[in-house]
Amino acid sequence: MKPFTTLQGLVAPLDRANVDTDAIIPKQFLKSIKRSGFGPNAFDEWRYLDRGEPDRDCSARPLNPDFVLNQARYRGASILLARENFGCGSSREHAPWALEDFGFRAIIAPSFADIFFNNCFKNGILPIVLAADVVDRLFRETEAQEGYRLTIDLAAQTVTTPAGEVIRFAVDGESKHRLFNGLDDIGLTLLHTDRIKAYEERRRAEAAWLFQA
Amino acid sequence: MARTLYDKLWDAHVVHQEENGTALIYIDRHLVHEVTSPQAFEGLKLAGRRLWQAKTVLATPDHNVPTTDRAAGIVDPVSRTQVETLDANCAEFGLNEFRMDDSRQGIVHVIGPEQGFTLPGATLVCGDSHTSTHGAFAALAFGIGTSEVEQVLATQCLWQKKSKSMLVNVNGDLPLGVTAKDLALAIIGRIGTAGGNGYAIEFGGSTIRALSMEGRMTLCNMAIEAGARAGMVAADEKTIAYVEGRPQAPKGVHWQQAVAYWRSLHSDDGAPFDAVLEFDGAAIKPQVTWGTSPEMVLSVEDRVPNPADAPSAVKKADWERALAYMGLAAGTPIGEISIDKAFIGSCTNSRIEDLREAAAVARWAVSQGRRVADTVRLAIVVPGSGLVKAQAEAEGLDQDFRAAGFEWREPGCSMCLAMNADRLEPGERCASTSNRNFEGRQGQGGRTHLVSPAMAAAAAVFGHFVDIRGLHGAAQR
Repeated sequence: MKPFTTLQGLVAPLDRANVDTDAIIPKQFLKSIKRSGFGPNAFDEWRYLDRGEPDRDCSARPLNPDFVLNQARYRGASILLARENFGCGSSREHAPWALEDFGFRAIIAPSFADIFFNNCFKNGILPIVLAADVVDRLFRETEAQEGYRLTIDLAAQTVTTPAGEVIRFAVDGESKHRLFNGLDDIGLTLLHTDRIKAYEERRRAEAAWLFQA
Repeated sequence: MARTLYDKLWDAHVVHQEENGTALIYIDRHLVHEVTSPQAFEGLKLAGRRLWQAKTVLATPDHNVPTTDRAAGIVDPVSRTQVETLDANCAEFGLNEFRMDDSRQGIVHVIGPEQGFTLPGATLVCGDSHTSTHGAFAALAFGIGTSEVEQVLATQCLWQKKSKSMLVNVNGDLPLGVTAKDLALAIIGRIGTAGGNGYAIEFGGSTIRALSMEGRMTLCNMAIEAGARAGMVAADEKTIAYVEGRPQAPKGVHWQQAVAYWRSLHSDDGAPFDAVLEFDGAAIKPQVTWGTSPEMVLSVEDRVPNPADAPSAVKKADWERALAYMGLAAGTPIGEISIDKAFIGSCTNSRIEDLREAAAVARWAVSQGRRVADTVRLAIVVPGSGLVKAQAEAEGLDQDFRAAGFEWREPGCSMCLAMNADRLEPGERCASTSNRNFEGRQGQGGRTHLVSPAMAAAAAVFGHFVDIRGLHGAAQR
């Protein structure tokens, strides 16, 4: 996994609440058996005017001019500004895969759905929870200033605005450590092999039926 | 100290506790389907990793499978590749798989309980958010992403932080014609789709104890639509009776030991919850969603709301967008909304009890000289598994449906998310027993109204939503 240390990036605002993972990556693209290449289909139904199909070249498809991420001023954005309960619905990890492939490395919102939030950390994306009024202000500033960029420092747990304002955010220590160092969960888990085996032995004695199958 | 059910399930599965609050949790059961697993198997192969406990896995294809004649296989080559990839991975790693042509194939969340694979007191995961369903068995069950699917396959464990606990306490008798689905929607309508974020929800109270296991599964299934990864119900004699004798249920002395333990799977008196919500079961009415989020729900007696009445500016914008997408005007009575299609199925409502409720409406329609309305292009019934299908056919429900003009299909996820050929066309409006009314969920531009099975069947017959309570003899208890 790509480590996340600091990020200085252009901000794109997606001003709607309860953005679900079906919207982030529609179901027909979930038929892929690969982990990459979902970026061109991120927000497919909002982004294009025609219907998207898997394995179809998106470069010539008609773009929806009303969709915010299609605006030239947000091209190359790496920070997504969002509203409440971002990433709700389906557990599909294709959603963070698509956002990462699109170019986003951080998402700022007042709240996230639990499974999506967790999936972001597995894919080098930092989801940042900020108070709703702070997010509201960032929306206004992003929309008012073309080229609005934020600086995110994971070690310091800060977001810095172009005006120099420093906003602190909370992040769980373990998730921070793993994301900062780009650590692989499976490798970390296998360091505990002896503990897992000891647990299984104990559990077999007290709940044998779970091991009967 | 008094512990909640969630505390008990959590404590029994901690392999290792880090000082910062993160714990390594042991996973007893793992359901696998074709959509969220291929990248996990690929990851294992690339790293040369083996499975920790292959016997803890049950796999089946459900999202992509056709619900019409399967003799010809899967026509869509991309869908076919995904199902064939699951078959190949299960063969390579030695996993128990019910393939598409197996009579036990079905939706993962239907076949787990049906096989006795889902057990009280167990931890169960699946790369699917509706894994919360299995909490109906006093299990700790939640959806995970593909990276975690890979991790569970390789290590049998997950890194987790304990959630907060919420008790949703429901008391009183649900009125005739009001089901667990209506209760689930009414709860979401009140707490919102983010109301359960960060929580594991336990459903308790006399209304919940009176629900069948199917009803409890429907309720826990929708916990994720309230934002909670896990929903659960205490074990009782109904739980034990449901599990007994199923193919993978414990046998002999193991059964006796298991049952003794399962009887302890409830929250102790006075166990502290981080949040407690009270609901009056007797006051719940048949629910119909009007918008593009499950929290946008009202009773069948209500009218489509006016964005001017929204509680906040963000909600107002949401409601306006939802009404535009749904093609609805504020103030329209729910009962005047016409439908084009009806879908009875999904991991929420495709079990035998759901089909019985819908079939009762079909029989009622025939007895009244009615059938699926001419204005309804398609009304399909998709059983949750091959075994549900067989049981329904043994009870003659398929004949009830067919006689009333419903199509009787093969089991799978079908039009809940339209990864197979069953879908809505742009602008089509559907009465659906599924769980999500998101934009495009049932097909790009499709408009979904979530309802109970009886309400979906009645809407198919009338061509618009009707109050099932008003159809004398159509509603089953």
